[in-house]
Amino acid sequence: MKIDKEQIQDMYLRMRKIREFESKAQSLFAEGKIPGFVHLYLGEEAAAAGVCACLDDEDFITSTHRGHGHIIAKGGDLKYMMAELYGRETGYCKGKGGSMHIADRERGILGANGIVGAGHNIAVGAGLTCSYLNNGKVVVCFFGDASTNQGTFHESLNLASIWKLPVVFVCENNYYGISMSQGRHMSIKDIADRASAYGIPGIAVDGNDVLAVYEAASEAVARARKGHGPTLIECKTYRQRGHFEGDPGTYKPAKEQEEWLKKDPLPRLVNIMKETGFTDDEIAAIDNSVAAELAAAITFAEESPSPKVESTVEDVYSDIVEEVRVR
Amino acid sequence: MSVMTYGEAIREGMSIRMREDNNVVLFGEDVGAFGGCFGVTAGMFDEFGEDRVRDTPISEGVIIGAAVGSSATGLRPIAELMFCDFLTVGMDQLVNQAAKMRYMFGGKISLPMVVRLPLGAGVSAAAQHSQSLEAWVTHVPGLKVVYPSTPQDALGLMLSSIDDNNPVMYLEHKAMYAAKGEVASLDPIPLGKGDIKRAGTDVTVIATGKMVSEALAAAETLAKEGVELEVLDPRTLNPLDVGLIAQSIEKTSRVVVITEECKRGGFAGEISAIIAEELFDLLDGPPIRIGALNSPVPFAPVLEQYYLPNKDDVIAAVKKLA
Ligand SMILES: Cc1ncc(C[n+]2csc(CCOP(=O)(O)OP(=O)(O)O)c2C)c(N)n1
Ligand SMILES: [Mg+2]
Repeated sequence: MKIDKEQIQDMYLRMRKIREFESKAQSLFAEGKIPGFVHLYLGEEAAAAGVCACLDDEDFITSTHRGHGHIIAKGGDLKYMMAELYGRETGYCKGKGGSMHIADRERGILGANGIVGAGHNIAVGAGLTCSYLNNGKVVVCFFGDASTNQGTFHESLNLASIWKLPVVFVCENNYYGISMSQGRHMSIKDIADRASAYGIPGIAVDGNDVLAVYEAASEAVARARKGHGPTLIECKTYRQRGHFEGDPGTYKPAKEQEEWLKKDPLPRLVNIMKETGFTDDEIAAIDNSVAAELAAAITFAEESPSPKVESTVEDVYSDIVEEVRVR
Repeated sequence: MSVMTYGEAIREGMSIRMREDNNVVLFGEDVGAFGGCFGVTAGMFDEFGEDRVRDTPISEGVIIGAAVGSSATGLRPIAELMFCDFLTVGMDQLVNQAAKMRYMFGGKISLPMVVRLPLGAGVSAAAQHSQSLEAWVTHVPGLKVVYPSTPQDALGLMLSSIDDNNPVMYLEHKAMYAAKGEVASLDPIPLGKGDIKRAGTDVTVIATGKMVSEALAAAETLAKEGVELEVLDPRTLNPLDVGLIAQSIEKTSRVVVITEECKRGGFAGEISAIIAEELFDLLDGPPIRIGALNSPVPFAPVLEQYYLPNKDDVIAAVKKLA
């Protein structure tokens, strides 16, 4: 597959944004500026970037608790994301959702999700809309290896298959569900094999090679757009941090971590870029633009006000504001 | 006598029975060598081994279902859900299977199973990791429900929950795991027995879980103004110790009920209705309920604090009754 320079640059931009955003989220969490739970996507950037590079703005995605990467790759705005992590009024969810619940309907982002396995079912519903309206849009469902042990995964692949829905199921196999290694939570090696039970294509790719991800996803997205039904793509990758910030990840063997650090998707792409003729200056220019955007996002978050407490009871319904004086 | 945290007391309760009875087993997500998402099962994997302390995949349906099936056939399982909110994923196994089996089968089967349900807000875990779902589990005939508020109660209630021959929902507040308290007794606390956490003569405050400490804080403040609250913790929500509630109200004639649930449809409503129906003649005024706002649990700390009921709400309610 021929991938032109512009596309490579575009994927690098997405990956660099994710890397910098997550690194910053890590330190801001450590400084106590971000409350709640934060699950970082560091090390898995190529999966979201490679897949989302195949999508249009109008396409949909569903995401997970580890959602920042998907949202950034799909075009989410760093300002509103950061403000949400801070719990500010200007955040994507007005401070009501936090890291685990960022959504942007305008950008087709149907939400990060705190319930493991919930996104699979929702993606099928969104796929039904696209198929029913015949609008040419597709849905990408991102999820982790361990979530494929929920019934929802199996229900969703089956239904999407028999209804030939335009859904691309993207499994980010980072080899762990919290402390449970893949070998302990399932008896097979390739999660892509699960596709055969539902009569759909299943392919496993090197999830730290953004070009390989892009290639697999382009084909699956094209198939979905043509009305030929769903595909399961397994991206083999690795989370460089603990499950959430605060988890030291001691269950991950040191040797394994070292091996995976060598396969870090960002330096790999940088090498490819240099081979393809990108100059250091060109790469530095992208990095600088990301740094500036991120700095502005943090300033935006820090200068934004906290939500007003009265807003707690707004947005529960479209038409009713729960009475404040309920207790 | 020793001082334990709430989390340690839960662990000790499970461990005591696991030492005595090989049929007591524990399973759930990351409960093994990892020690549980909140560290409650730390060390149990080493003490009891992988056969008895089992990590499960992320599959709440089969976590609860395996408790049903194994308890029906001779084991005494303790199933841990990482968060109470994930009950939704295993609801069929709980509501249509666990709760109804004995009845549907004419009493010929017993399900001695415990489901541990970490619940509650206060840690900015947002809408899908913070709920208090007492009302859901108390509404279903066939389930017993306990909710300790101190390390002592956590230990004693765990022992009786394991000993019980029915499915017991063991509610534990995730923001209380580190709270310390004296554990003077290693005896089981019978299900269905409430406890007076502070004796008083003027107003009865019925409180559960983390709201017990809010009620006690309100009692401290009001005592300085000469108002003596009696703080009653039912400890078991089903079966409920109506006798103890009656005794207390006989003395005080006034009652406030505080729970952390959304107020609408909460279990506090059930307690209040029982009081209104059965103890009306003892009352000088209506029972007053205090709950959280009727919204999902918000993320931002300022919103979450506003959402939650607290001691000031108790003080305001008491003043309203005076
Ligand atoms: C229904 C449900 N069960 C359990 C959890 C707790 N939990 C959150 S993330 C997680 C592990 C998910 O692993 P995986 O799907 O592989 O995604 P990863 O974290 O590796 O990205 C667990 C057990 C949850 N949020 N929802
Ligand atoms: Mg995983």
